[in-house]
Amino acid sequence: MARPRESIKAYGDRLDDGAVQLSFTLPVAASPRARAAARLYAEQLGLEKVLVAHMEACGDGFSYFVVYGASRAAVDFDAIDVPVVETHDLSMEEVGDVVKRELGGKVVVVGACTGSDAHTVGIDAILNMKGYAGDYGLERYAGFEVHNLGAQIDNSELVRRALEVGAHAVLLSQVVTQRDCHKENAAAFMKELVATGRRGELLALFGGPRVDHALALALGFDAGFGTGTRPSEVANYIVGELRRRRGGKERP
Amino acid sequence: MALLPIDEGLIAEGRGLAKAIADDVQSFIARHTTVAVERTTLRFLGVDGVDRNGVPLVNIVVNALAARGMLSGGVARVLAVGKAARHLSVQETAQRIADGDAGPFDDAAKSNAPDAAQVREILEAEVASGLDRIHDAQKRRDENRARLGIGKEPLKYVIVATGNIYDDAKQGRSAAFAGADIVAVIRSTAQSLLDYVPVGATTEGFGGTWATQENFRIMRDALDDEGQKRGRYIHLTNYSSGLCMPEIAYLGAVERLDMLLNDAMYGILFRDINPRRTLIDQYISRLLCTVAGIVINTGEDNYLTTADAFDAAHTVMTSLLINEALAHRAAMPDAQMGLGHAYEIDPQIENSFLYEVAQAQLIRQVFPRAPIKWMPPTKHKTGDIFTSHVHDGLFNLTGVLTRQGIELLGMFSEAVHNPYLHDRFLSLKSASLIFNACAGLADEINWRPDGVVASRAREVMGKAVALLRLVASEGLFGAIAAGRFADVKRPIDKGKGADGVSPRATNYANPVLDALETVAGV
Repeated sequence: MARPRESIKAYGDRLDDGAVQLSFTLPVAASPRARAAARLYAEQLGLEKVLVAHMEACGDGFSYFVVYGASRAAVDFDAIDVPVVETHDLSMEEVGDVVKRELGGKVVVVGACTGSDAHTVGIDAILNMKGYAGDYGLERYAGFEVHNLGAQIDNSELVRRALEVGAHAVLLSQVVTQRDCHKENAAAFMKELVATGRRGELLALFGGPRVDHALALALGFDAGFGTGTRPSEVANYIVGELRRRRGGKERP
Repeated sequence: MALLPIDEGLIAEGRGLAKAIADDVQSFIARHTTVAVERTTLRFLGVDGVDRNGVPLVNIVVNALAARGMLSGGVARVLAVGKAARHLSVQETAQRIADGDAGPFDDAAKSNAPDAAQVREILEAEVASGLDRIHDAQKRRDENRARLGIGKEPLKYVIVATGNIYDDAKQGRSAAFAGADIVAVIRSTAQSLLDYVPVGATTEGFGGTWATQENFRIMRDALDDEGQKRGRYIHLTNYSSGLCMPEIAYLGAVERLDMLLNDAMYGILFRDINPRRTLIDQYISRLLCTVAGIVINTGEDNYLTTADAFDAAHTVMTSLLINEALAHRAAMPDAQMGLGHAYEIDPQIENSFLYEVAQAQLIRQVFPRAPIKWMPPTKHKTGDIFTSHVHDGLFNLTGVLTRQGIELLGMFSEAVHNPYLHDRFLSLKSASLIFNACAGLADEINWRPDGVVASRAREVMGKAVALLRLVASEGLFGAIAAGRFADVKRPIDKGKGADGVSPRATNYANPVLDALETVAGV
């Protein structure tokens, strides 16, 4: 589809008006000075025609603001390159057929949420039979053998189990993101996996609410999956990538 | 408020089944102890402090006891012989053990060592002091509550989780400013799996703040002060769950916490804690809560975040009846049972609001005197904070309509980050608006006997009792192993903390347990 122009701005009710809305708290009591401070602050954020629509005390010595303004900022849309995971859109049955016909045997998948992170919600959404948003999990796929280790698993344990069962793909989930601990832990996991000398034997997938493909690639994974990812996308990616690599005579 | 037409006979049958299930579990509990129970006994008797490596003395003593295979006799005898034969205080005996003195163990293992009745007699003063600490704390709490007054139900409950107790105190104060009645300090991720209670004021945590006695104190002081300013009592909540369940209950009791999350089923299903261990620990922790006047919060809401909230609604009712029966075994009054459930049905389902109302009203009716702990939507929240705010509005409307007692407020930024100061402020503002605007709504409603709400409530209750029949036939341990709750299977002998369980020997002595049972009226 043709875009109107390569440089784009936020859209309120007409093209290029740059309209944005934001809300924030300032650590000062609500007052006319505080309102002026909010306006100045918004202007320093690059907004023009600033409207401080609302000011209210939200704590002792804190005030809350709702602000509208027009931003001067613009981005060159055409210059943006975002790596995306290339997946096909095969149904669960079709994926099963491909596994049977082209890959032979079962696709073995091992997943866990590692470190101190106690949240199984992400890995369960992808692996559990039930799946997520009406999209069945990998356990339901005829062509898959799934090992869901749950949460609070050591990185070394996930690596060990993945290699032990001859996994085609290992799934690392990280839900807690405080102080970027998900990145640190994912990097530590990859280090452990690489140290075994067997990194090339399996696909490494990284998932979580603050994960995207670019981050996953930067950390040495093959693919990254963020919020809203459905199990079928993951299944399609794994099977598609295994097929592609098989074509290139590369294990798996 | 008008009642949904629910078959009272069915409810009575459910209660009867739950009681049988709890009685079966209780007969197991009464024959066992755990390392956490014994550590709690030490704390109650007055053992405090850490060794030079920062390890709590209660851990050192109980670990040494267990290493000698003496857990089955209980730790109290070791302190009793220290006191009777060597004239040492309980703290001195613990300190000597930490310094490597095995004498108290040897004395306690002798054939002429004091029996349970003698241990009780020797430690009478220590037990009395422990009870006094709890009663003094309770008295202070009662005075503060009477002086400042309590907010109107549903009480508005918010969470702080900065990792730094001093920041938590600030956020808690701001929440009270904005109308919160209850502030819970979320624990650092995985604290439930620690087999000791950390010590001191802490400023670094992951996803929450370490639960320590000093942190409890700091937060309690801040909320007392803020309550004074606002002219409203502000409740403090923490977590008596995981491997230190009863120790936290003791610390909460003496530091005047008002509520504790306390649910063995949660630990078993979602933290993979050994079922035996945590059900034993839960009994002692509930006795402490009963005696201290602490309101427990149970965790059935979590069933609905893993299993489908529409399909699994009845598992919540089944678990609530079992949790009630287990709490009754600790002589807990209904008014201290914050039985948990949640608003987690997919909001896109037609009539989802009606189904939520049915569930909330049903639970309200089945447990008329319990301050029901009502949890907000989380599972179907996305980064679309504006829609999430409306979703929370439906939840708030249901809460006030069905008179839930304790409402943990939803955050529109649920799927995005730990709440900012103004996220919490806006959540409180919205809840206050809806609670106030609909204050008299519950009294205006009559339920159509053949309507969607009544039919759904009947269906859920029927399924809940059917599941109770199954659980009663399998026993609670068997049912948990079979995955009857939250689609999770947990075998009786697996899970964290399993090795901390011991049968009680015939000479098991625990004067603290005896005293708690007597005072609670078990």
